[in-house]
This record gives sequence, structure tokens and C-alpha cells, in this order.
Amino acid sequence: MSSKTKTMWNVGLIGGLLLLLFVLEQVIPSSSMFFTVLKKGAIYALVAVSMNLLNGFTGLFSLGQAGFMLVGAYTYAILTIPVESRHSVYQYFDGGIIQFALPVPVALIAGGIAAAIFAYLIGLPVLRLKSDYLAIATLGFAEIIRAVFQWDKLGPITNGSNLLRNFPSFKSVLYPFVVAGICIALIVLLINSTYGRAFKAIRDDEIAAEAMGINLAHHKRLAFVISSFFAGISGGLLAMYQTSIQASMFKSAMTYEILLIVVIGGIGSVTGSCISSFLFIACSEWWLRFLDNENLYIGGFHVPLLRPGFRKVVFAVIIMLMVLFYRRGIMGDKEFSLEAIRNFFRRKFGKGKEAKGGASHE
Amino acid sequence: MSKEHVLKVENVTMQFGGVIAVDNMNLEVNKGEIISLIGPNGAGKTTAFNVITGVYAPTNGAVYFKDHKIIQNHPQGKMKKLYQGENAREYAGQHVMAPTPDKITKLGIARTFQNIRLFKSQTVFENILIAKHMLRTSNIFTATFRLNAREEAKMRQEAEELLKLMELEDVRNELATSLPYGKQRHLEIARAMATKPELLLLDEPAAGMNPQETMELTQFIGRIRDEFGLTIFMIEHHMDLVMEISDRIYVLDFGKPIAEGVPEEIRNNPRVIEAYLGGADDE
Repeated sequence: MSSKTKTMWNVGLIGGLLLLLFVLEQVIPSSSMFFTVLKKGAIYALVAVSMNLLNGFTGLFSLGQAGFMLVGAYTYAILTIPVESRHSVYQYFDGGIIQFALPVPVALIAGGIAAAIFAYLIGLPVLRLKSDYLAIATLGFAEIIRAVFQWDKLGPITNGSNLLRNFPSFKSVLYPFVVAGICIALIVLLINSTYGRAFKAIRDDEIAAEAMGINLAHHKRLAFVISSFFAGISGGLLAMYQTSIQASMFKSAMTYEILLIVVIGGIGSVTGSCISSFLFIACSEWWLRFLDNENLYIGGFHVPLLRPGFRKVVFAVIIMLMVLFYRRGIMGDKEFSLEAIRNFFRRKFGKGKEAKGGASHE
Repeated sequence: MSKEHVLKVENVTMQFGGVIAVDNMNLEVNKGEIISLIGPNGAGKTTAFNVITGVYAPTNGAVYFKDHKIIQNHPQGKMKKLYQGENAREYAGQHVMAPTPDKITKLGIARTFQNIRLFKSQTVFENILIAKHMLRTSNIFTATFRLNAREEAKMRQEAEELLKLMELEDVRNELATSLPYGKQRHLEIARAMATKPELLLLDEPAAGMNPQETMELTQFIGRIRDEFGLTIFMIEHHMDLVMEISDRIYVLDFGKPIAEGVPEEIRNNPRVIEAYLGGADDE
């Protein structure tokens, strides 16, 4: 396939996917679990890819993603709550001090920029560290950010530890798909550019990369800031999805969820992160829900053990098995593409036959 | 005679705690020469390389590249008391210059490593392409939005050409680490060449090679010197290689330079023979 037809195929595929979503939205009731999974999955896909940019492509093991999502979510919420409802939201703080509202896209980007600024400042001291030390330091900073946003004295801006709500949100499932899609496309473009190659060089061998004239401090900071920018945007999307936010949502457990998605999808694979984010969200929100049902009967047989919370046990076991026996994740460091599927089928079924679509992701 | 210094190392001492790894080293590398640095194990050869390439800031002394001072330091802090080397006063109070390795590479000094350090998950072609990143003029936005298409094409073309010159074209798309050992060495040199250096530092390029591969490497090094108008400064243990292609040789023992000269002089120098064969019990 020439690169032009490849691009055509990819554009066609994405267009088809969006069309399919649009049609499904007309057919299936919007309260369906299916859409919940798709919306949340798209948002988590974006933050997982942004984390993969850092952990998988630059080799910086950072655990600050939830903190940067928080910054993005708060910035978005604070800037978009309509002036008329500010008084009810900031009821303990006299309506807050910000008395204007920005359009949604501007606020989303502002959320990204705010997260990027935080990342730049945190990166100054933290990026001197390596591997697990970096992970601990970023985790710590993420917790500090959360604590600061809950601080009472900042109440006129952040509403303290109270809920932020009444800001605009999205109805259609297309919205998070389009925004996350654009952001992920940008990240992919970056990864395939000369800067992306430099990031991968740093991951493979820092000393050699530096000897090849790559300024380590500059490039690490760049990767950190860009990753946080997109984490911030996904934070804004998450705020839209949940319609109300509170700093206590963005605990380190959230970072671990994102890390899990990255690991399951394959460290160093963008498509892997996307696929695993939908699978992860579907499992935790939907497919394993039946395990929480205490009174499940299969043809008169009362299934034992099931009780509220049992789903989490099963989920944990699945993840443990995954990590033990399938360490490289769904995709390893490969990418999912039409060409790869075609080659896969060519190898499987000999040359003449050409099968398309419906490939397993393994 | 008009000799043009490419590299000049002046009174460089590198002391780690109480151990002096390089002791008051002075050497000069002129344009177009192939200079070898030899010495028994632990003599401080690689440390000297690491000082020149900015991995370590020297404890004392200065390094010049093309008559510009690029590195300079003097004992500071705790080192002031600990310092056991010479010439500490000469640089005291002067401006400290300790550039990072990437800045040194940008000046035009490229290096290879004793234990091969290729980018493991990348192909041969990508390994070379990464070295071209240094010469970019694009910033992160123009690169992401593909506004640097012309530069990118030029990078790729130059990398292609280099592959051809370095006889690596047939393994272009293979993973760097899947190459045979000798080829990996070639690739490492090719990658260093991709930064368009004037001075190439080779740290034991023939380490672990058999006589056949060593012979090929000898020719290869001579050839790239001529074709690219390079100056080469290398550490090597294979005496056949060293004696055959070096214009001059420096010998280091216990961090101290003990001899300097053309191969013939070094071969017959009693101090060198003693250092290598051992006066008493040292290796």
C-alpha cells in the first residue's frame, strides 16, 4: 500500500466509525451502558495515550497523570460555569471571584495549558530523577496538587472541597470521540516526527542519546509538558462527562487505573492504549457488573460467592493473570493498522486470499 | 609547519575522591591525524574520553577544540582540600566551563562507546536518523504539523547516503541489535558520523573482534578519515591496528602520560614495554 492510499483508508475508517456511532446513537437509547463505556473509554484513551507518550516512548516513569487531569478538569469547570449559576455553586464563597464564562473549546485548551504550566514547574526539580524515584516524586506532586485545590483559602476560585457543577457538558458520544481523536492524532504525529525519534532514543539509551547531541533536560521537559497538556484536556473532558467534579475524585488510584490501561495495552503502543482503555472501562463498568448481583440464578442454580464488590476481585485476578502470563500487553510495542491485519491474514491463509477487517487485536 | 590543532588537552586532572584517574594529561590532536591512546587496563583512557566529551567535568585543567576553550575547571568545594594533582593555581578563579555531552557533540566532536550503545528498539536506518535530530532547525510545532517536510526529507536522504557509504544498506531495516557484532560497531561509527563531526572519538572500536574483523575495521577507519576529512582520536588495545594506522600514539599508565610518538618510537620505548609487560606484579 502506498502511503496515500493508506491515509485514505485510515480517514475512511475513522469517518465510518464516526458515522456508525452517529447511527447507533439514533437507534440505541442514550442511557445504555454502551454509551457510558464509549464516552468514558474515549476520555481514558486520551489520558492513557498521553501517559504512554511519557512512560512508553520517552521512558520517563511518571505517576502524576491524575494530578494533571485534576488541573485540567478544574480549569475547565471554573472557566465555564455560567455567571448566573455561580452563586449557587460557590454558595459558601459568595459566588466566587471569577465572574465570566468562556466558550467550551477555549476552556478545554486553557485546561490543557494550565496542566502544562504545572508540569513545567514540577518538572524543573523532578525531571532530574530517574525511574522509580521519578515515579514517587510525581505521585507526591499529584497528591500535593489535589490537596492544594481542596484548600479552603482558595475557595473563591476552586470552591474548596465542595462540588463544582452546572458547567456545560456533552450529550452526544461523538463529542469526546472527536476531541480525543484529534488529540491522539496530534500525539501520533509528534511521535512520528524527529522529536518523537529523539524521545525514543532517550528511552533506549540516555547516554547514547546525549552523545548524539540530544539535549536530555530539554527533551524530557518537552515530553513531560506535552503529556500533561493532553492529560489536562482529558481532565476537562472527564469533567464534562461527569457533569460535576470534586478534587477528591482524582486520587492516586486513578493514576494506577491509567497505568494499568497503558500496561495492558502495551507500553509503547498508541493503538494498544486505545483498545485497552475501552476494554478496561467496559470490564469495570459493564461486563463484570453481573458479578455484583447476589441473587444470580442459572437455571435454578444459585451461583455462590457473588455479592456486591465481587466484580473487583475477579477483575484483580484477571489483571494478575495478564501481568503474569501476558507481560507485553495486548499490542506489545506494535501498532494496530490495516496493513498489519492484511499481513496477518496473508501469513495465516497463504498468499492468494485477502481477508479484511474483523481481526483479533492480538 | 602549519599544524592546526583540532583538540588540545591541557593539564587535565580527573580525581574521584582520593583516586586520581587522569593525572595532568596534556595532548594535542592535529587536523587529519589518527591518534591512538593506549595503556594498560585501568590507566584512565576512557575517563580521559569522558572528560573530553563532557560526561565528567575535569577536576582541573582545560580542553580546547579548534583553538577555542570548551571545557575548563579548577578544584572547588571539598575538592580544594582533597586535590592531589598539579597546576591547581593556574585555573583557579577562572570561569568554569562544563558543557553537557550534547553540547560537545554539537560543536563537532562525536564519539562511540566501549560497550556498544545502540538504540535497541530501532532499526539501523532509524539509529542514523536519530543522530540527524541534532542538526534540525524545526521546533516542536513545525515538526508535529509536518511543516518541516523539506528538512525531514533531507535528513532521510542524508541518512540513506551515509548508509550507503558505510556499507550498511543491505541491513537497513533490521533491528540494530540483531546485527552481527562487527556490523554493530560499524553502525555505531556510522551513527557518530551522522552528526557531521570534525573529530571522531572511538573508544575501543575493535574490542571483541576477531583478526579478520579487525583488519576490515582498520581499513574502514582509514577510509572514513580520507573520505570525510576527519580527525580521529581512539582508544585501542589491538596493537596491530594501532601500529598500522596511527600517526602518533600516546601512552597512559596510572593516569599519567608516559610516552608519546610515532608507532616506531612507541614500539621500542622501554617505559611502554615496562608498563605493558610489568616491571613487577602489575598487569
